[in-house]
Parts: sequence; C-alpha cells; structure tokens
Amino acid sequence: MPVAIVGAGHSKFGARKDVNLPELSWEAIKPAMESANVEQKDIDFFVVGTAGFWSSEAAVPALIYEYGRFEDVGSMRIEAACATGSAAIRVGYTAIESGEADVVLVLGIEKMQESPNPTVIELIGRFGSYFWEFENFGLTFPGYYALHATAYMAKYGASEEDFAKIAVKNHFYGSKNPYAQFQNEITLEKALNSPYIAWPFKLFDCSPITDGSAAVVLASEDKVKEWGVEEKVWIISQGVGTGTANLSRRDTFTSLKSASYAAEVAYKKAGIDREKPYKELDGANVHDCFTAAEIMAYEDLGFARRGEGVELVREEQTYIGGRIPVNVDGGLKAKGHPIGATGVSQAVEAYKQLLSKAESGRQIDVRNGRFLAHNVGGTGHYSYVTIYGLEKR
Amino acid sequence: MEDLKKAAETNIKEYGFPVTIDEKSGALQWVDMRELNVRYIISIENLQEFYEGLREEKLLATKCRKCNELYFPPQKDCPKCMISEMEWVELKKDGVLETLTVIFVRPPSFSNYEPYAVAIARLDDGVRVTAWLNGDPEKVKPGDRIKIEVSRRKEGYLMYEIVPVEG
Ligand SMILES: [Zn+2]
Repeated sequence: MPVAIVGAGHSKFGARKDVNLPELSWEAIKPAMESANVEQKDIDFFVVGTAGFWSSEAAVPALIYEYGRFEDVGSMRIEAACATGSAAIRVGYTAIESGEADVVLVLGIEKMQESPNPTVIELIGRFGSYFWEFENFGLTFPGYYALHATAYMAKYGASEEDFAKIAVKNHFYGSKNPYAQFQNEITLEKALNSPYIAWPFKLFDCSPITDGSAAVVLASEDKVKEWGVEEKVWIISQGVGTGTANLSRRDTFTSLKSASYAAEVAYKKAGIDREKPYKELDGANVHDCFTAAEIMAYEDLGFARRGEGVELVREEQTYIGGRIPVNVDGGLKAKGHPIGATGVSQAVEAYKQLLSKAESGRQIDVRNGRFLAHNVGGTGHYSYVTIYGLEKR
Repeated sequence: MEDLKKAAETNIKEYGFPVTIDEKSGALQWVDMRELNVRYIISIENLQEFYEGLREEKLLATKCRKCNELYFPPQKDCPKCMISEMEWVELKKDGVLETLTVIFVRPPSFSNYEPYAVAIARLDDGVRVTAWLNGDPEKVKPGDRIKIEVSRRKEGYLMYEIVPVEG
C-alpha cells in the first residue's frame, strides 16, 4: 500500500527557552494536522522520534497523547541517534505499507537546551562505542567526524577552506528559512577564523545544539483517495543501513558504508540510476552535522564520484541552479540539528519543496518531482536514505 | 550550571521558587532541584586476559580457533563460525596511522586533560586500533608509521596509546 505525506508542520528551530517539550511539539503537530485536515480521532498510530536524555521528560509519546487530547491510539518512542527522525518515519511508513494502520502521525522532537552545553557535548560523545572509544579516549561527536575529515583531506587534497564553503552555502540558505536557528549569512573568513572544536573542524564546521520539532501526517493510498487529498508527497522508497559501533572496525574513513548501502537500496526500489541519480532528483537534504559530512554524503549518494565531492563544493554545484541543490533549508548547519526532529524536518522540507511551498529565494525547480533525504545517526551507525515524490512509484 | 544554581537559590529565598530568567530570551526557567550522577559498572569478566596483557605492555586480541579471524576490540564469540572457542593472541605493536583529530572542546568528564589527539591506526596484523596519539599531532599524517605503547594515565590507570615512530 503506497504511503503519502498529507500534512506537515515545523517549529522554529533554535534555543527555545520560551516553551516546554509538549508546547514545542504542538508547534509542529498543529500545522501538520491542520494541513492534513485530520482530527485526533483520524490518527491510528502515533510515533515519536526523540533521542532524549538531555531533556527531563522520558515518556514523550504519553505526554503528547495527553497534551494533544488523543484517544484510542497506539504509540511508540523511537531512537536512532541523529537519524531518530527518519527511523520514526520508517515505523509510520512501514505500519501503513503493511496494512496495520491507515493514518500515522510522526513527530520528531528534541529539547537539547534543557541541559547545559557541556552536558550535551558529553552525552553526544557517547553515541559511538562507549567502552572502547569514549571511556578512555574521550571522543566527541565533532571528533568522530573530524577523523573522517582528516582522512578525506589526506586522500583527496581537500582543505579546511573547502569545508568552510559548505558552511557559507548552508548559512546562505538558512538566512532565507524563517524556521532556521541561524538566519544569517556568513563569510568564508568568519568561518575560517572561528576557533577549533575538533581539528580540522572549527566552530563553523559544526551544527549547533538545537531545540525543535517537526511533524508529518502519513496516510495510505486508500485514505488519500477516500479524502481526495490534493496536496501530498509520496514516500517512494527508503533504504536503511547500519555501521559498526567502533570506527576501528571499518575499512574506510572517507565514506560511510551504511549510507552508500542505504542509497543503493533506496535507488533500486525507486528505479533511480545509481550512476547519475542527480539527473532524476530535483534536490536533496543531506546530513551535514559537520561540513565534511556533506561532502562524503555527495559521494555516498552518487552526486559525485569518489574524491570529487569536494569539486562540487568548489564549483558551487549544490546551490540552486547547479548539478543538484543540497540543503537549501540551511541544512543541519544553519537550520539547526535537534537530533530527533532532523529526519522529520527533512521530510517536511521534501513536502514543501516538491509542492513548491518553500520560502522565496530557496525554492528549487521541480522538474522530476523527486527529492532525496539523507539522514545519518551517529557517525554512519545508522543511515536512512528516503526518496520522496509527487507521483507514487 | 553553577551560576544557574546560585540564581535559583537566591530566587528560592526572594521569590519562592528555584527559577531563573534566561539571559538571551528573557524566558522564565525552572532550575531542576534533582540531580543525577551516572557511573556505569561494566562487566570485563571475559576481558581479563586483555588487562593482564596491558600490565605486561602487550596488546591482546582474540582469535577464532576455527577461522583464525582476529577480533579487536576482543570479543568472546566468533559470530562467523557461531562458536566461542577463542584464543588470546598478542598483536604486533607496529602499524600505520590512518587518521587523527585533536579534541579541543572536551566533554566535562575529560576536562582535567589538555586538548588531546585521538588517532586510528592499522596494525601490521590487520586490525585497527583507536587510541590517544602520544606525539605532536602537527608533525604526523596519515600513512606514517606508528607503534603501540602502554602508559599510565593522569588518573593513574594503564592504557594503550599510539606513538609516532621517528623517521
Ligand atoms: Zn570463526
């Protein structure tokens, strides 16, 4: 049974000290339900993606059930590190695909700023192998990706300046996204002069610590027909991959095997040519938790050949008008990265872009009617590649 | 966090609740009165030989007696053969640096250390090891030869590290 996004909602991302967790969730749920034209009673199942532990509430689905006055509905909390949002979508998508549910509400929510930044840094550092990497060697999340950046620089001759250009692009588009945490453009100099976080990454190579929520209402093809839904975006395919907990158990640090695998699965199911997928896509959101991660994503997704992702950056091929626009919502870098919300935020972006509802200055040209989302948990520990489309497969 | 706690204590007296006003947004915040300290107790019962090895400055891995697969970090079971007949073997302490980083912004639990370099090296036996790099990170690059040494941490306990080999 094909599955469509029939409604989408997004909170303002940022340091949301002005709201608590259910209030922030509602900022995404309300517009999602309104745009889908559904009421609480229409929802069969309710999935919440939230990584938690930096925020106080643990029973988030129950809390939202209570706050949102839902009734007689199953629910579940999902965690897959930074890919939590996509994992939540997967549960909703497969629940409908299997015939278990007709209408599913998927919420991604994270309130990271309920804890001070150092605590959050401590907790995210534990997203790899706790015992063999964190306990004795104090790896941090920027550190894990920096290990990849160093390997990429050594192998392909990329520079810190190349990485900074990603931040400049994503801030450029973040400035046009009213929901972004950072709505300001930055200069290359500003990025290059920021302090080191984990060499070779500086402050402006890193996505921020963010509060935010995003929600989508998923519906079966039957419901879409029954309700006569006009504004919808289909989930064409989704590939999911897993990587080893320890980076030392991997053969390469210039790509994420789990992401390449997820892309392969998603492309195959969607009937997209693995060699030049960008010719069949109108745009993409990729997981730029760190600048170099965006370059690796280009290559893992086949937007560029191995070692040539950095060329796309130098030639500005991932701005609107280039080979394929990437992260024109600001990406994780400028839009912000509320762990559990990110994957759902990407789905909201696919919905907006394909239905030509994006804000002025950041709307892509919709020709193929297909958009890709690439969401990575940990450092390739979990990878989700989802293809969204105006036409069902 | 300490300033927040102080502000909350003041406000408990003056206002009646543990609250504070967020500097940037001006929004009213409740400062949690409950604090959680987490310290895990992790079983290393099946890794005893590994730590005995470190005491003798050896880096040990497990090896499947049937398929000869080397496991590092060591594991008790060989999932390829679905058996648990493993032996402990000493790894060659020489290898090649594959990648490195320097952690400037440290987790609070590592705040007693200066910025530290973390590296991944591929030992000549074929397994890879993640550890601190004891050497000048600006003078090494991927592809350089390294060796594994065991040293005492600031906290007093023994741990393996990656050391660049001169020349
Ligand atoms: Zn075996």
